[in-house]
Amino acid sequence: MSLWDKLATLGGWLLALLWIAPLAYAVWTAFHPAAYETHFDLLAPLTLENFPAAWVQAPFARYFLNTVILVTVILAVQLVLGTFAAFAFARLRFPGKQVLFLLVLLQLMVMPDVLLVENYRTMRILGLTDSIMGIGLPYMASAFFIFLLRQTFLQVPTELDDAARIEGASLLTLIRRVYVPLAKPTYVAFGLISVSAHWNNYVWPLIITNSVSARPLTVGLSIFSASDSGVHWSVINAATLMTSGPLLVGFLLFQRAFVQSFMRAGIK
Amino acid sequence: MTLFRLKTTLGATAVAALLAAPAMAVDLQFFFPVAVGGGAAQTIQDLTTEYMKAHPGVDIKPVYTGDYTSTIAKALTAAKGGNPPQLAVIGAAELYDLIDEDMVVPFDDYVSADKKQSWLGGFYPAFMANSQVDGKTYGIPFQRSTPVMYWNKDAFKKAGLDPDHAPASWDELVADAQKLTVRDASGKVTQWGVRIPTAGFPYWLFQGLAIPNGATLGAPDGKSVAFDSPAAIEAAQFMADLTTKYKVMEPGTLDWGATPKAFFEGNSAIIWTTTGNLTNITKNAPFPFGVGFLPAKKTFGAPTGGGNWYLFKQSTDEQKKAAVEFVEWMTAPDQAAKWTMATGYVAPRPDDWETPALKDYVTKVPGALVARDQLKYAGPELTVYQNVAITQYLNDALEAIMSGQKDVASALKEAQAKATAALASYQ
Amino acid sequence: MRRETIHAWLMLLPALVVLATFMHVPAVETIIASFWSTARGARPSHFVGLKNYERMIADPVFWQAMRNNLVYALVTVPLSMGLALVMALLVQGRVAGRAFLRMAFFTPTVLPLIAVANIWIFFYTPGFGLIDQIRGLFGLHAQNLLGTGSTALYAVAAVAVWKEAGFFMIFYLAALQTIPTTLIEAARLEGASRWQIFRRITLPMIMPTTLFISVNAVIDAVRLVDHIFQMTQGGPDNATNILFFYIYRVGFQFWDTAYAATLTVVMIVILSLLALGQVVLIDRRVHYK
Repeated sequence: MSLWDKLATLGGWLLALLWIAPLAYAVWTAFHPAAYETHFDLLAPLTLENFPAAWVQAPFARYFLNTVILVTVILAVQLVLGTFAAFAFARLRFPGKQVLFLLVLLQLMVMPDVLLVENYRTMRILGLTDSIMGIGLPYMASAFFIFLLRQTFLQVPTELDDAARIEGASLLTLIRRVYVPLAKPTYVAFGLISVSAHWNNYVWPLIITNSVSARPLTVGLSIFSASDSGVHWSVINAATLMTSGPLLVGFLLFQRAFVQSFMRAGIK
Repeated sequence: MTLFRLKTTLGATAVAALLAAPAMAVDLQFFFPVAVGGGAAQTIQDLTTEYMKAHPGVDIKPVYTGDYTSTIAKALTAAKGGNPPQLAVIGAAELYDLIDEDMVVPFDDYVSADKKQSWLGGFYPAFMANSQVDGKTYGIPFQRSTPVMYWNKDAFKKAGLDPDHAPASWDELVADAQKLTVRDASGKVTQWGVRIPTAGFPYWLFQGLAIPNGATLGAPDGKSVAFDSPAAIEAAQFMADLTTKYKVMEPGTLDWGATPKAFFEGNSAIIWTTTGNLTNITKNAPFPFGVGFLPAKKTFGAPTGGGNWYLFKQSTDEQKKAAVEFVEWMTAPDQAAKWTMATGYVAPRPDDWETPALKDYVTKVPGALVARDQLKYAGPELTVYQNVAITQYLNDALEAIMSGQKDVASALKEAQAKATAALASYQ
Repeated sequence: MRRETIHAWLMLLPALVVLATFMHVPAVETIIASFWSTARGARPSHFVGLKNYERMIADPVFWQAMRNNLVYALVTVPLSMGLALVMALLVQGRVAGRAFLRMAFFTPTVLPLIAVANIWIFFYTPGFGLIDQIRGLFGLHAQNLLGTGSTALYAVAAVAVWKEAGFFMIFYLAALQTIPTTLIEAARLEGASRWQIFRRITLPMIMPTTLFISVNAVIDAVRLVDHIFQMTQGGPDNATNILFFYIYRVGFQFWDTAYAATLTVVMIVILSLLALGQVVLIDRRVHYK
């Protein structure tokens, strides 16, 4: 091992410790009594009582399920709508294409969060307030994904495209057999972005939902946040761990497969 | 979702709306924030369920809506979207804004003449000060609070102070805090004398200095403010002096949420915070502590705070009647007692304190009486038109003062000028 | 030819309907609203022309939010991207404990900011907070990072960097996997140093990913404000008030919807210029490849 490698390892570990500090702190406080929230004593007594204390404050199991449904539905629809739109922009000729594409790109800059009042009104007309569909619908067409996928599709060699067409493949078959498989890394990359964004979304779900059956996790976690009575790190962090734990463990187990799923082509 | 399915959903909704039979029960929905830890949300749910059992004709749905800020954001969004709740617990200080938005109606029209006396007339005047306009009651006190002072008796003993005597005046506060501020050999402070949290919404605790000094920040009609009166400037100067002149408070703005922890950790020997913290501090303080009035200047004094019930305009008369009955039940002594014990909020009526439950409670938690007794000196929380914006101007000024970015007089003058401009259209 | 047009429209329609309903229509309403006064209850709004824009030009908080946002972006964008690349390079190699490192860098992605903000409050708390406890070991005095005007913005920017860098790392990691090892080995045989390989091979090969990440980073530099709500509420004295936070505050706390609309229009214009610049860059690369 060269000096350079040793330095890199050392630096990497320092950086990793820095990055994992919030999680480490969450674990520490969640498993210790509140009195040890700010004392890092190795002999501190362990406790599990923070978990039931957090669990009773909100129906986290239901919120977790809602969040999983929400991010899955959003992603699935985004992928389908985005694939068609991206293909049309990449490979079909039609009048007004440039203008339409620019109109789509506008969404990159318009935060849905600032259009709350208008979107709430629309949801009410659609009868979708207080539903998971109501939370997800405004996000179901992602300009970012359409743009990204269009770039990928543009790189598909036209020979492949032509060959399939000559064989008499319909457009749908062509997309399914040629374009989608070649763009797999883009799908994975965007999937990660989408899931992460909607897993964390707070303001819009809070506004649009009224009942436990539709609320996502972030709204459930907020019950611990703005508190007249001070921050209770032990309980908050127990709740955070309960709700983020499954994702973390999943990543730990599948991280190799996950990274490899980006495959050869990378994101371009 | 494809367009086709979207259309189907739309159609189904419309059909369902047409076919829906007229509801037999009165449906009510109310929004409520949770600003204290523990099972506050569960208590609301339990009380509501209890009410519905006794009143089968009404169906009430409590909706948890985050903190105070997100509750009002949600209520206004829903109202502008044509879908408001019938009731909501919203900050008492939002009174004029809710009226200004034409969203709420007074309770008086749905209350019989004798109830007006016995119910509406039965709350502490300090809480009603920012709940009524022109003799009409728009807000029913519910989760109301007031700031109090907590002190660490062990630290007092160590500093050679009488642990059973809280500093009762500004001068005593400074003198005690100076003794309580402990520095190690290198000059590093290991214990601060006092902590008044000033990050986020410093205006509230600042009123705990302004009111004793005779400064009324907001006019009762909600149309003007007096941020730069000599008494207000003097109060702000005192707050700044705690860090700069007397050096008994940590410099910079101080976080609200970490304040109880600073107390437990011995980082600060005296803290100012809401009485809503009493349950938390009783449970977690590793030393004996005292609860007292905020210290006096000209008199004692403190602002009130917290949330009121509001009755929303966009609902049927039947709903409004049912809603008012529900609120009356929720604020009746037995329920108020349960709510106070669950949360630490101040029970808002003298007769609440006569219930056996609360009588028993105060023998166990005598600190709960401090907030109640302080009410006779209390003034209303800053409550004006454009309240959030105007409060923000004051917050900015106070934060600038506490973080040393502006001097007291010019910061408050600037806030006054901004507030006056914002209120110009209400004159 | 006409069939193709029909196909194109059929394929675009679902996405366009969603975008139009929840973005274009409300965005146009926002632009219109910026020329009207805010309606309050009984007082309907009226046309005010450019008054809201004049007010904005004269509003010191707006300018402060713009300056803060610029600083916030200048800190978070390069730092989160640079660290992401460093992390990716680290965990790509044969470093000891690679799985642990990967997980450590990935944690911010799964911990919701609304929950993590409280942890950061503890880290920054003066006196008994984690940072001050560590500083105390070296005999350093307490410092109030979030409560001081000169440091608060950097303190919240650090949280954003923490949140972003680990996320971006994943994309860099994927990009690094795609560089043919033969290319690097060949360069090594020719005696190229690590730095030369990085500069001449790695960096150009991952350029598309860098552009992709930069779009995200710039958008997030404007959009990522959840932690500001909890940690500082824009304070002290607007020191951490950035544009989107200000829009939210004006629109949903002050309920001055007309002025919020005005600020939104400005934000859209700025972001459009920024994002269009980046999009053009990416487009070029693809077309002239």
